[in-house]
Amino acid sequence: MTTIQRKESNPIAHLTPEDIERIGIELDAIRDEVMGSRGERDAAYIRRVIAWQRGLELGSRGILLFSLFPPAWLVGTAALSVAKILENMEIGHNILHGQWDWMRDPKIHSTKWEWDHASPAEQWKHSHNELHHTYTNVVGKDNDLGYGIMRVDEQQPWHPMHLGQPLWNFINACFFEYGIAAYDLELGKNMATKERRRDPKFRAALKAVRKKIGKQVLKDYVVHPALSGPSFLHTIAANATANLVRNLWSHSVIMCGHFPSGVETFEKTSIDGETRGEWYLRQMLGSANISGSKAMHIMTGNLSHQIEHHLFPDMPSNRYAEIAPKIKDLFQRYGLSYTSGPLPKQVASAWWKVIRLSLPNKPVPAAAEPAEAPAAAPTAKVPATRWRRAQAPVTSA
Amino acid sequence: MHNMRTGAWRVVELITTPVVPADYLDVIAPLRNPRVLRAKIDAVRPETANSVSLLLRPGRGWAWHEPGQYVRVGVDVDGVRLWRSYSITSSPRRRDGRISITVNAVPDGVVSTHLVRHAKRGMILHLDPPTGEFTLGDPRPAKALFVTAGSGITPVMGMLRSALHELPDVVVVHSAGTREAVVFGAELRALAERGRIRLIERHTRADGRIKPADLDELVPDLFERQAWACGPNDMLDDLETHWADAGHEQLLRTERFRPTLISGSGGGTVTFAQSGTVVETDGSEPLLDSGEAAGVLMPSGCRMGICFSCVVPLREGAVRDLRDGQLTVAEPGDSIPVQTCVSAAAGPCTIEL
Repeated sequence: MTTIQRKESNPIAHLTPEDIERIGIELDAIRDEVMGSRGERDAAYIRRVIAWQRGLELGSRGILLFSLFPPAWLVGTAALSVAKILENMEIGHNILHGQWDWMRDPKIHSTKWEWDHASPAEQWKHSHNELHHTYTNVVGKDNDLGYGIMRVDEQQPWHPMHLGQPLWNFINACFFEYGIAAYDLELGKNMATKERRRDPKFRAALKAVRKKIGKQVLKDYVVHPALSGPSFLHTIAANATANLVRNLWSHSVIMCGHFPSGVETFEKTSIDGETRGEWYLRQMLGSANISGSKAMHIMTGNLSHQIEHHLFPDMPSNRYAEIAPKIKDLFQRYGLSYTSGPLPKQVASAWWKVIRLSLPNKPVPAAAEPAEAPAAAPTAKVPATRWRRAQAPVTSA
Repeated sequence: MHNMRTGAWRVVELITTPVVPADYLDVIAPLRNPRVLRAKIDAVRPETANSVSLLLRPGRGWAWHEPGQYVRVGVDVDGVRLWRSYSITSSPRRRDGRISITVNAVPDGVVSTHLVRHAKRGMILHLDPPTGEFTLGDPRPAKALFVTAGSGITPVMGMLRSALHELPDVVVVHSAGTREAVVFGAELRALAERGRIRLIERHTRADGRIKPADLDELVPDLFERQAWACGPNDMLDDLETHWADAGHEQLLRTERFRPTLISGSGGGTVTFAQSGTVVETDGSEPLLDSGEAAGVLMPSGCRMGICFSCVVPLREGAVRDLRDGQLTVAEPGDSIPVQTCVSAAAGPCTIEL
């Protein structure tokens, strides 16, 4: 884990390879216990959240039919903002992670769900579940590190473009769902050359996004406003506000997951041949939690338990709070720091990083610079066996 | 009128996108959904100590069944939707549009036990359209024989309740552990008393199982009859041999409840249904690796069980999750999505790829 090791203090220097595998075994045991006890109460939880969200959305849309009246506008917009946040965070994000696939309900399944978002579920699942969650915080592999427009780690090379990144970050926050759609399309990379632009796969993906955005825009800015008749313009404003509120909120929550200080990043070569224990450790060091009330956890889609979520991305979100004390204890016993803080503090910390890294790194005295990194041995890439456990599961059958 | 309605519906779909209007309506009218077939339990009637009959009100989209057919029923058991097949025991001509199924709690049967213990009025079940080849056919036979054991009586009861008036000569040979364990015992005996059927009841706990050779004595005109048999597999195997030996196999129709085989050591033959590829696997290699090695185009992603890109339907058989050892079992007709990168065969299985 070279990036860490270059820092002045290496947070895992005290861990032996055996320690790391033991961490993996302990985490697998926690996982098994929860996954084996999923049942009726969890199913009832997600169905209840969905029912609440639908009721809230229906109610808010109903109120906004009369958005001409300021009180109706205020109440309707607030309720719609909450409904939209719930839909994306606690419902959409988590269903698309496969957290509820075990119920075998085709209505609540990662392969069938579509969400109220500019990016089609299929594309988002690829860039988020597959790339971000597998290669979490690996510089050059996890594009979530700055979304390709920002520098959020000292190891990322500085470019004059980064001078403007506080502004880019703010603009991205306001239009976050479109930013995500562009990001899932890898728009920057795919628009760069003619060949890439004409790639049928990219064109099909682009078409899917255009269709999705078209439907979303038609709903929020044409159909619902038209239904509200004389309140047409007010409803447009209300829906735009609700979308803006959700964008700012989800952007803040997501920034808190991997950008605050205390979060580590990793080099590409460090994950060659990565074991399950090492993968777990990378998730532990690469994520940060947000502390707060139960309502806050639900509104963040339980991404406030980012550490727990990154360890077990397919665990039902209502269980993260339950295992958090055990995870914290594990961090303590192995001398690792469990990064967590209240929302304002974490948002400020993440923003400070964005501002600080808009400038190039402080020049390091030449002596401190490690000699030419020992040329990586030109061996064949070692396949990672992250699914393979250090200890075989105890099967009941 | 129809066009206007679909046009209006399209507008409603624009309002509710990305979900469909039915997703909202499901909360208040779960039986009205035209795309998801459900049923409400209207009544639960105990049949024996271990079985109940459920009177179901099917929702929109239910197609009428042929007597003898079965229906796949989806039941949420501890949060998980599990599907099982049950024979329809009611006549398709019921005026009230209800159907009934009879569920026998089998040992270790998760769904049957759940239904027998917990089914109650108002519960919602999921349905598939009725299906099955085990029917009376047209024209009706002049002389019929039904050989059943245990819950094997259920499809036959469906036939008798719907078509007995068209069957002039019926013999029913039914086996059960005890007299009390005979499902529909009272109804069958009443039919026998009225002379509508000839009932040969065998209580195996006291008298042992009927052997096919016994049938020659019990039913002297055995091979003059069209025969239907339903019960445990070994019984059906014996009957088929007996009929074949006599050169009358065309007179016998059988209905089997196929149990899914789970191998103790893990591993098994994996069939990729669409590509037609068949591979032998051991219990430790992910299906994804086995498929790729055999040249099947497998979707894949993180290869560690977190991204769900490799999910494909398991059509039949059993797979084991390599991480925690959990079994996923698909009955024939199921389509259960499984993660191929962390699942290995736990017996013969069929993957939809």
